Amino acid sequence: MESITEFLQGLDWSPLYISLKTGIAATILSFFLGLYAARKVIKMSTKAKSIVDGILTLPMVLPPTVAGFFLLLIFSRRRPIGIFLNDALNIQVVQTWLGCVVAATVIAFPLMYRNARAAFEQIDANLVHAGRTLGMSEFAIFWKIVVPTAGPGIASGTILTFARAMGEYGATSMLAGNIPGKTGTVSQSIAMVTESGDYVTAGFWVAVVLVLAFLAVFAINMITGKHIKNVKSW
Amino acid sequence: MRLSAEIFRKIGNFCLDIKIESNAKRIGILGASGSGKSMTLRSIAGIETPNRGHIEIDGDVLYNSSKRIDLKPQKRNVGYMFQNYALFPTMTVLQNVLCGLKGTKEENLEKAMAMISRMGINGLENRLPGELSGGQQQRVALARIMVYNPRVILLDEPFSALDIYLRDKMQREMYELLADYKGQTLMVSHSRDELYRFSEEIFVVGDGKIMQSGSTDSIFNSPISVAIAKLTGCKNFAKIQVVNSHKINIPDWGVTLDLTREVPQDTTWIGYRAHLFEPVWGEKDSNCIKVRLVAKDELPFETNLYFAPEISSKENKIEDICWFIQGEMRKIVEQKGMPDYLKISEEKILLLKE
Repeated sequence: MESITEFLQGLDWSPLYISLKTGIAATILSFFLGLYAARKVIKMSTKAKSIVDGILTLPMVLPPTVAGFFLLLIFSRRRPIGIFLNDALNIQVVQTWLGCVVAATVIAFPLMYRNARAAFEQIDANLVHAGRTLGMSEFAIFWKIVVPTAGPGIASGTILTFARAMGEYGATSMLAGNIPGKTGTVSQSIAMVTESGDYVTAGFWVAVVLVLAFLAVFAINMITGKHIKNVKSW
Repeated sequence: MRLSAEIFRKIGNFCLDIKIESNAKRIGILGASGSGKSMTLRSIAGIETPNRGHIEIDGDVLYNSSKRIDLKPQKRNVGYMFQNYALFPTMTVLQNVLCGLKGTKEENLEKAMAMISRMGINGLENRLPGELSGGQQQRVALARIMVYNPRVILLDEPFSALDIYLRDKMQREMYELLADYKGQTLMVSHSRDELYRFSEEIFVVGDGKIMQSGSTDSIFNSPISVAIAKLTGCKNFAKIQVVNSHKINIPDWGVTLDLTREVPQDTTWIGYRAHLFEPVWGEKDSNCIKVRLVAKDELPFETNLYFAPEISSKENKIEDICWFIQGEMRKIVEQKGMPDYLKISEEKILLLKE
């Protein structure tokens, strides 16, 4: 018992805070970007839809290191966009916490976008038409009718996005690196401490990730399950 | 009070090309599914945009392709009742009724509550639409439209989502609720009964065109074509030859008829409603079709009898003649057996074009 207290007191908790912070920031960004993208994509023609949808889904199916490679290309301080961000706006992405957020957002965004899109496509178009004939603005129709009606799908998309963003490893390690206390996330810590042979610390972080991941999936099931009461088992 | 719409829209092989002008308070559009009647309504509301045409209410332009006017649905002030009512599922009844209102909070609430009690749905304000019966949902939909005080109310097959027991009751109630509405109401339906009760004026739509328009009585009493007569519920049709201006020959039924009214030269068919035949036993009378029974449907309050005309044979199959009987007539037929002849009253014949 004493050794456990000792272990917890001696532990560097920063990976958990960094991961949580990154997860929350990336989820907020992905939420709005995902809803916006989903809304735009369903309005497109079939051909444009399949192209744009392919591009937006790519980060989900690519190896994260490939996404990380592209992100490095874009944000490197030796390349146009990176130079512009650094010189004009004093924003640094590579090897910073912002890099964690960017990497996590890019990787997790498709989950939000695809869930939102699927939920939007289920909505009865007459609800939107009804809102219009009743004089509601497009903004009010979207936030008061479409989003609440698509609620369960959007909620499960948000939770999946958060879980994925929090656990991001590949792209983050390439773009943000693993600087303890700055960009060292839980998943990166696990790799690092395992490598150095500290299986106790690694095991602790693994347990934390397992619990959080299970809670996320459990929450999704609770939210979506409420709306599908009448499913018959077979 | 004047609705005027000329709508042209082409989608694939289907072409909607109609013109509606009416001062009537309650206008009906009768047509089979796929005839373009819903598209007409959606164009008036601004949910769909025609290729060209114009839509006006009391002289105010909602849409005019040559003047490039196309008001958004939000600006048209047209109430639209959807077939499935399209109530917002995550909002309560009260929130549904409130959502089209633009005034201050207190004003809106007062208006909404007044409308809710006028529609007889008090006590349900805080329920979600999913918790209501079909009839209650319909009233919420009507409240949501009426509270907004639209210039025109459009009803798209409003009773088709209700089960048959509720339908009659809801029709009567809706017409009562609409009675003190000042503007015009336009109802689209494939049900002749609904439109007959509801409409002052009817436009019959088929294959994207207006086939006939006029007062409800004129449409039901003198449809001009076979398709329209079918929509008004006529069951029996036969090809005819015009012998002279007061005489027609119906070869399939084996009868030649003298008519007191003049027969238009372009008449090619006649229609005869299923409950208007008179039975004749034994001796042949004038204007009689010799028939034999081929099928019989017993319904609770009606018997549908299907007869083959004498001329019909395996090689030359002629459409069965339907005779629907009720009440007294049912008892007489039960006692006397099937008639040998069905007698046509010449004044009840519908003279039709193809």
